[in-house]
Amino acid sequence: MGSESYTDRELMVTAAASEIEDGDTAFVGMRLPLIAFQVAVSTHAPNAMAVYESGVVRDAPAEGFIHTMCDLPNLNRAVATTDMIDIMSRLQRGEVDVGFLGGAEIDRYGNLNTTWVEAGDRDIRLTGSGGACDIACMADRTVLLMPHEPRRFAEEVTYATSPGYATDGSGRGNHPAPGGGPSALVTSKAAFGFDDAGELYLRSVHPGVEVADVTDDFPWQLNTAEDVGAGSVTTTPEPTPEELELVRTFDPDGFWT
Amino acid sequence: MSARTESLDDAVARIDDGSSIATGLALEHAIPFAAGHELLRQGRSGLTLIGPISDLLFDQLIGGNAVSGVRAAWAGNVSAGTGYRFRKAVEDGTVEIEDHSNFSIALALQAGSMGVPYLPTKSLLGSDILEHSDLFVTTTDPFTDERIVLVPAIEPDWAIVHVQRASPDGDAHFWGNSGIIDPAVGAAENVLVTAEEVVDPEVIKSDPSRVAITRDQVTSVVECPFGAHPSPVAGRYNRDNEYFLEYARRTDTREAFEEWADEWVYGVDDREEYAALVERELSITDPTVAAEVEYGQ
Repeated sequence: MGSESYTDRELMVTAAASEIEDGDTAFVGMRLPLIAFQVAVSTHAPNAMAVYESGVVRDAPAEGFIHTMCDLPNLNRAVATTDMIDIMSRLQRGEVDVGFLGGAEIDRYGNLNTTWVEAGDRDIRLTGSGGACDIACMADRTVLLMPHEPRRFAEEVTYATSPGYATDGSGRGNHPAPGGGPSALVTSKAAFGFDDAGELYLRSVHPGVEVADVTDDFPWQLNTAEDVGAGSVTTTPEPTPEELELVRTFDPDGFWT
Repeated sequence: MSARTESLDDAVARIDDGSSIATGLALEHAIPFAAGHELLRQGRSGLTLIGPISDLLFDQLIGGNAVSGVRAAWAGNVSAGTGYRFRKAVEDGTVEIEDHSNFSIALALQAGSMGVPYLPTKSLLGSDILEHSDLFVTTTDPFTDERIVLVPAIEPDWAIVHVQRASPDGDAHFWGNSGIIDPAVGAAENVLVTAEEVVDPEVIKSDPSRVAITRDQVTSVVECPFGAHPSPVAGRYNRDNEYFLEYARRTDTREAFEEWADEWVYGVDDREEYAALVERELSITDPTVAAEVEYGQ
């Protein structure tokens, strides 16, 4: 651990922020990405732009805590407050570089489920897609965020709400969705990439986490960076003091983090 | 045709049992909760709700037994996640759900508003939303030979929209993000506008670029201050975040929901009584005033 302590979710936010490149148009949804975009645009990505499916376009953090993309601080002094057809059309034209997604379940090819899960003999109805399916289908790349819980890692998701890569290892080559597919998964224990076949592999473990702590949680033999020729498994960078201060400015009571 | 300016209960009384209603169209912004609660007080049933994401209002209407179907991309509580009454109703089969993505519901209403039978999209391809659906059609684009999904038009019986201000005739100003208000208003057979303020028509005519809805589309106009609480309204009041968290804590069983609804829906006669229940400070403390806009000749 670093000199300053931080929560798992604070690290997830800064790891997610690092997935936004300067100049990106980022499609931002609910929860942690609301904070991650604000961190990114305040640090390494000052020329990033955020688009939100409700119709909000922003180039700067909100001056106030936000529960949702439509909270008034997110509308105040926005670049534009437009509508969904406008935002989704930008996505469909291929103008969104990176989109953020969450899920209750993920499979080894990055397919996400937010619709139905099975728990014992009971089927549990979840909230549904929202804009997640659209982002998964059409963004150039997607970054997936979820708590690190073994029940979320499934050989096959009950329902593929938001498509990742083809389950035959052909990536997005023959996949019907026009976008590029997932590029990273960040959990509360580790960060992952996707190899050329579209399969998930372990890229880095968060400070204090062992590789086996992560691989044991998967119902399949999880590849690591070594296995796919992507160097070695590293340690996820801790939030810098500047990043932590920003996270706590944007989420002052730790509601999301 | 001009709209009628009338009371909320008279306006809502025009909506029949079994109607399809598009609402919550600006997503978490300006959700017509007052009109929704009046539907519950009047005991409406068999409604089909249409929307993109629904931040709580669909859950409340389901909890109050007003709903038999939902055509939407997401239903729950954006602050807390799960909407317990929605979840239980879908699991029990008492509410039928037609799963959409946000874009597919937007395109369905856009097709309705354009008077065309469907619109094509590159979304949904590879998703179980498409795979498990009887609604969408996957075909080959005749121009490019690529796979394309056809989203059939939806034409709701009603759209309910909350705006900042409207004239008595039904012309309405709306600002802030608008989600799918435009396509839903265009597609719906009837539109109920609830407004923070009913103003002189000259106010609306002074800024025609800000008009989101015109009178020919509107059946009723209702002056309904605070009519979107607990959702926020640009320039009027902030989102009541604590309300959403309290709702999640208090509605995980049917009995708990009924107790909650007795306090917040059935226990108040109108929006004035309702407003008295809200103790939190939601007013705008740091207003941004737009630069003056000139028209003229």
